Amino acid sequence: MSRKILLEHAHVAGIQGYEIYRKMGGYRSVEKALKSLTPEEVVDEVKRSGLRGRGGAGFPTGMKWSFLAKPEGVPRYLLCNADESEPGTFKDRYLMEKIPHLLVEGMITSSYALGVQTAYIYIRGEYKWIVKILEKAIAEAYLHGWLGRKILGTDFSLDLYVAPGGGAYICGEETALIESLEGKRGNPRIKPPFPAVKGLWQSPTVVNNVETLAAVPVIVNEGGDAYAAVGVGRSTGTKLISACGNLNKPGVYEIEMGLPVEEFIFSDEYCGGIPGGKRFKACVPGGSSVPILPADLMLKNAKGEDRVMTYESLSDGGFLTGTMLGSGGFIVFDEDQCIVRNTYTYARFYHHESCGQCSPCREGTGWMEKVLHRIEHGHGHDHDLDLLVDISKKIEGNTICPLGDAAAWPVAAAIRHFREEFEWHVRHPQEAQARNYGLGRLEIYYGAVGV
Amino acid sequence: MLKVTIDGIETQVEPGTTILQAARKIATEQPEHSHLVPPAMCYYSPLEGSGGKCRTCIVKVTQGSERDPRPMPKPVASCQTQVMDGMVVENTTNPDLLAARKGVVELLLINHPLDCPVCDQAGECHLQDLAFAHGASETRYEEERRTFERIDIGPYIQLHMTRCILCYRCVYTANQFTDERVHGVLFRGDRAEIGTYIEKAIKNDFSGNVIDVCPVGALTDKTFRFRSRVWFTRPFDAHRKCDKCCGKTVLWMAGDDVLRVTARKDVFDEVEEFICNECRFDHKVKEDWTIEGPRSIHRHSVISANKYKAKAKTVV
Repeated sequence: MSRKILLEHAHVAGIQGYEIYRKMGGYRSVEKALKSLTPEEVVDEVKRSGLRGRGGAGFPTGMKWSFLAKPEGVPRYLLCNADESEPGTFKDRYLMEKIPHLLVEGMITSSYALGVQTAYIYIRGEYKWIVKILEKAIAEAYLHGWLGRKILGTDFSLDLYVAPGGGAYICGEETALIESLEGKRGNPRIKPPFPAVKGLWQSPTVVNNVETLAAVPVIVNEGGDAYAAVGVGRSTGTKLISACGNLNKPGVYEIEMGLPVEEFIFSDEYCGGIPGGKRFKACVPGGSSVPILPADLMLKNAKGEDRVMTYESLSDGGFLTGTMLGSGGFIVFDEDQCIVRNTYTYARFYHHESCGQCSPCREGTGWMEKVLHRIEHGHGHDHDLDLLVDISKKIEGNTICPLGDAAAWPVAAAIRHFREEFEWHVRHPQEAQARNYGLGRLEIYYGAVGV
Repeated sequence: MLKVTIDGIETQVEPGTTILQAARKIATEQPEHSHLVPPAMCYYSPLEGSGGKCRTCIVKVTQGSERDPRPMPKPVASCQTQVMDGMVVENTTNPDLLAARKGVVELLLINHPLDCPVCDQAGECHLQDLAFAHGASETRYEEERRTFERIDIGPYIQLHMTRCILCYRCVYTANQFTDERVHGVLFRGDRAEIGTYIEKAIKNDFSGNVIDVCPVGALTDKTFRFRSRVWFTRPFDAHRKCDKCCGKTVLWMAGDDVLRVTARKDVFDEVEEFICNECRFDHKVKEDWTIEGPRSIHRHSVISANKYKAKAKTVV
């Protein structure tokens, strides 16, 4: 059984309430930080822990914090990005539902480290019931003196607010989140200036994911080096993985970085394999925007080494034979799933969620969706596949925010790895309506490994 | 002063200048190099905050600066990227970049109707010029195009959203000239539309300027609608005493009739000084104006063809 750091007490009855949470050692990090550490020391601990942003990009948190501009007389802000809307990702929801105080505690400690006096949790509008859970936790924290004026008798004061969004995926992009929080249309800003210099109301701002902030208390309590001892290499600590798709036991798992992918999918401790004895076809390991990989490349990289759950191992081989850890939305497909239909569904999502600000993403996502819709419904042409690759190249890297990349990658990767399935769809439209393609070239792989 | 090289032409600019402004500086000083100015569909220098959206002005930075000579990995929007000392930029000399720009133009055109023959903007349309210079001759887009109903914004302006490329110029104009926020973007993605919230008229003395800033035929002058093709009208600089604006305009005339009044635009087709609705819509008689003389149009477009500076051909 691997070590749990974030979800250690998730199953204790009543952990949502303040009393039980405090009894289990809650708010110790605030006490420790405020009484015995300077803000710089807290930042140093986070740097030493090697914690990387859990929202998808994997940027080192300590480094992000040290980039924060600190001009005199200008307020700074800490924003928690709880606008978790990536298809396949539901880890933050679980964390906030089960242990809301952990996020509140993490935000207080982080705010102390950054010299922030006002912090916001920007949560997606669909998580209406979690807003109530968080507001209750915040009210309890105010009542017990962890928030408000002069916390624990020190000079540190903090106000924490929950701001629900209107349900737009784009508002998970940090500058769109800031625009939305300011009450404007959620269009991403052009960078630079980065939020660390000019963010919310033109003031220096740090935006962190829920899971990142929830990891701060344990780093402060046990020290950055103890946290860094968990995991492999530059991927330290634990990661929440929300597993879904064709699995016996889908759900949110906390894993130590470095767990083999094969063990995660097939062992009974985690997902428990694929239902009905079916074979493993493909996997999207980090939420819908990361490239899809076929089973052989998912379990072993191109060099034949086992893939493990770390930022480095999953991205080994670049986009040709690799993928990304992303936000940890682990989607598994069995042999009966249609990759064309799946790709169409993703393209439809990105078309729906594009903000419409820059032209390649606005027009390109719609075009890709329409072409994929045609292929899926039996009206495709052979040249459509090259067209899709071409459109995705025109969007990728040519937009203001990463949504364009996120829309282009899954389409390009699906055609890269499952081209024969797309071609079969185009050439046998009637058969494609009646049955799924199955494993295709993976049958050779399964023959070789003797399944 | 910072040194920047664009397509092999060197110039010195103030810190804070963008690549696009530096290219325009070269074009102003050395008109023979004016082809190296990247096309800009959304950037409009008189409007604060505009730019960065259309991606047609992308350029390749092959040397970031003197101190850090690494090239920038992706093409950058030249209207937003500031010049660093010793920067080397490739625009028309980089075939990959021209291919990327062609891709952007293709994407801009997939939902744009082919109604140039009945569009009032034809002849002075930026998208038309852009498609002519950088577009492909045929489309790969087989799907249905998005369409919208035409909307009247007040008595003078018509919004034809089907033609819009969402450059946001009119939104910035309306925001920066009116006290109330009455004109914005509704919905998102390719369903986004310019709207005034339930077809409310923009009641402002300067609302007519949204027509001038629109690069395509999405916002047109209702008083000029279907009156004439622009290249059949003759532009004259004219002025009148106006207590709201500068009163300096261009009259577009056919014979003695004033068909249309617009603001004066510079070499890069940006409004020099915004004019009020009274000058634009209410004084369409020649007697109200002091005519200064013919206006020369610098743009390489059909409206500048065969006007005043046609070179005399030697007939042998």
